[in-house]
Amino acid sequence: MTEVAVVGFAQSPCRVREDATTGGVEMLVPIFAEVYAATGLAKGDIGFWCSGSSDYLAGRAFSFVQAVDAIGAVPPIMESHVEMDGAWALYEAWVKIMSGEAEIALAYGFGKSSGAELRRVLALQLDPYLVAPLWPDAVSVAALQARLGIEAGLWTEKDMAEVAARCRSAAVGNPAAQVSGEVAIEDLLARPYVADPLRAHDCAPVGDGAAVVILASGARARELCDRPAWITSFWHRIESGSLGARDLLSVGLGRIGSPRGSPGPVDVAELHAPFTHQEILLRRALGLGPGDAGGPAEVCPSGGALCGNPMFAAGLARIGSAARAVMTGRADRALGHATSGPALQQNLVCVMEARR
Amino acid sequence: MNCNTFYNERVTDTPLTAPMEIAFDYTRSLGPVLGQFMTALRERRVLGARSADGTVHSPPFEYDPVTSLPPRELVAVGPAGTVLTWSWLAEPLPGQPLDRPFGWALIRLDGAETAMLHAVDAGSADAMRTGMRVRPRWAADRVGSIRDIACFEPCGKAPGVSETAELSESSEVPEVPEVPLAGADAAPVTMTVTPVRLRYQHTASPGESTYLRGLADGRLIGQRCPVCGKVYIPSRGTCPVDGVPADIAVELPDTGTVTTFSIVNVAYPGQQVTPPYVAAAVLLDGADIAFQHLILGCEPGEVRIGLRVRAVWRPRDEWDTTASAISHFTPTGEPDAPYETVARFL
Repeated sequence: MTEVAVVGFAQSPCRVREDATTGGVEMLVPIFAEVYAATGLAKGDIGFWCSGSSDYLAGRAFSFVQAVDAIGAVPPIMESHVEMDGAWALYEAWVKIMSGEAEIALAYGFGKSSGAELRRVLALQLDPYLVAPLWPDAVSVAALQARLGIEAGLWTEKDMAEVAARCRSAAVGNPAAQVSGEVAIEDLLARPYVADPLRAHDCAPVGDGAAVVILASGARARELCDRPAWITSFWHRIESGSLGARDLLSVGLGRIGSPRGSPGPVDVAELHAPFTHQEILLRRALGLGPGDAGGPAEVCPSGGALCGNPMFAAGLARIGSAARAVMTGRADRALGHATSGPALQQNLVCVMEARR
Repeated sequence: MNCNTFYNERVTDTPLTAPMEIAFDYTRSLGPVLGQFMTALRERRVLGARSADGTVHSPPFEYDPVTSLPPRELVAVGPAGTVLTWSWLAEPLPGQPLDRPFGWALIRLDGAETAMLHAVDAGSADAMRTGMRVRPRWAADRVGSIRDIACFEPCGKAPGVSETAELSESSEVPEVPEVPLAGADAAPVTMTVTPVRLRYQHTASPGESTYLRGLADGRLIGQRCPVCGKVYIPSRGTCPVDGVPADIAVELPDTGTVTTFSIVNVAYPGQQVTPPYVAAAVLLDGADIAFQHLILGCEPGEVRIGLRVRAVWRPRDEWDTTASAISHFTPTGEPDAPYETVARFL
């Protein structure tokens, strides 16, 4: 079995970028340069490229083709694209290496969320016959899930505010974070609802950004990185597209778990939770608390998606951040999670570890 | 061909931005299950799908998510139902069912075991609660769409009464009497049209901005790659060969050579020129990439690879930061460019 490791990661600061196009090149060129410098690789060393982005977000057709300019794709490269978060592009890249078609692969994701009405654009990922014609916005849909959990006694609005405060505090010192700082729970709870029961702090900020992760197989990984983050499991699961036919709280509780059970104990977990209650739901689903099979893990030491959620890059950035925790020695085992679709419909988990 | 460089400058201006609205209709065929569901909505009835194990889903599934089987039968449900969870939106967005504050809810219609997402016109968040009873408010004009249900409203409120009406669990009004099937002889609904309207704030790249500002001055400005020296117009922002910003501005003349072309004989909506006309790839003198424009001022049959052409600018007071500053290209009358000069751009 081919062994594959993350050997490089870079992300652009998450900001409202008035100078960046929806084609992504202005955000991608600097982070490609950064990850090449860190690994010593050049573009000719990359055997497979895969990107994640969205034409709906960009407001133009084939926007990912413009991003290919950031690569410098002459002579021709082996390249693919997913209309999903870059985390799923990373999955495709991993499969490419596992199947022996490449030794080194680069996955990237980018999104300029601020150029669009993000909450409305995301309505177009819903059932096109029965739901999307009503234009349910992404925050309102997440709020339906949040209230279910509140009324089931799984969390409170105060628990949700505590997630926001902890993430913002953790993001202090993270140059990629869009929001950070120390906030008082009672101040957060005094603010108005955006979509009752969600307040602004319960929702990830709208921002623009890009992320890149490099994978390498066995011997190449050891050459490129002192402490590669070896992938021990990598999988994704999709819930029904029908919001009313799926138990929005059982997301994960039983079904999100690894096909072989718990992911096992991890030191760091970077969860892609664009809403505060979703972090609580994911912690339970993955068993990351004290006494749980996966815990106790340090959750989102980067501040997570609640402090910067560039669409189509934020999930890849979670995996990259978890890998970085292994590569820097902060963690021996780390878990990266990415989500896509409404109310945690799709979930992807990548567990990585250091080896002697 | 030598680059015909008039000046070089680094791009420093801020990028141009402009609002952009994209609007289009999705027209979709419904298939047998959703076709019946939408036909029933037009007649103010709601259907659910009964699965092999007897579970009723509304809205109906086309194929059972567990067994993959089609519905055993479609059955009437509701139309009243119970709110399973809700959120309250103080500031509705364009396109949503109501333009005043309203609730979103997952509503389990009576007789169904799954829920429908829809809007609830309850007046205020204080009037919303999980477990509340609601019923559809039908749209006046029904076409066979999920929007034939204008929204749901709390039971206990007489139809059409203002939002502030007092609600009471015990004051449910009887079901809306059975309506004669609106045009029982009307054809079944087989298609649905969903209008999509999205707004963006579009940002041009720094190089595109320089190009567009040049057009407003009657000039053609491309960008040169600092690594390979190739000149791109309009700018690509980043050299696709080297992956570095092509940010050295280069002014080019408004003359060039046709590298390839097609004769447009087909009319289409929004067409600006009456067919037949020629759309061509024009390689400006000094550029390393051709760009597409119209060739007018000669018979379409006279256009050929190697034809020398010049830009025809619109009147000066129409110049702006838009590609339409140049109306079209027209033959210069010079001898054709030798094949070798355009061969590598074909």
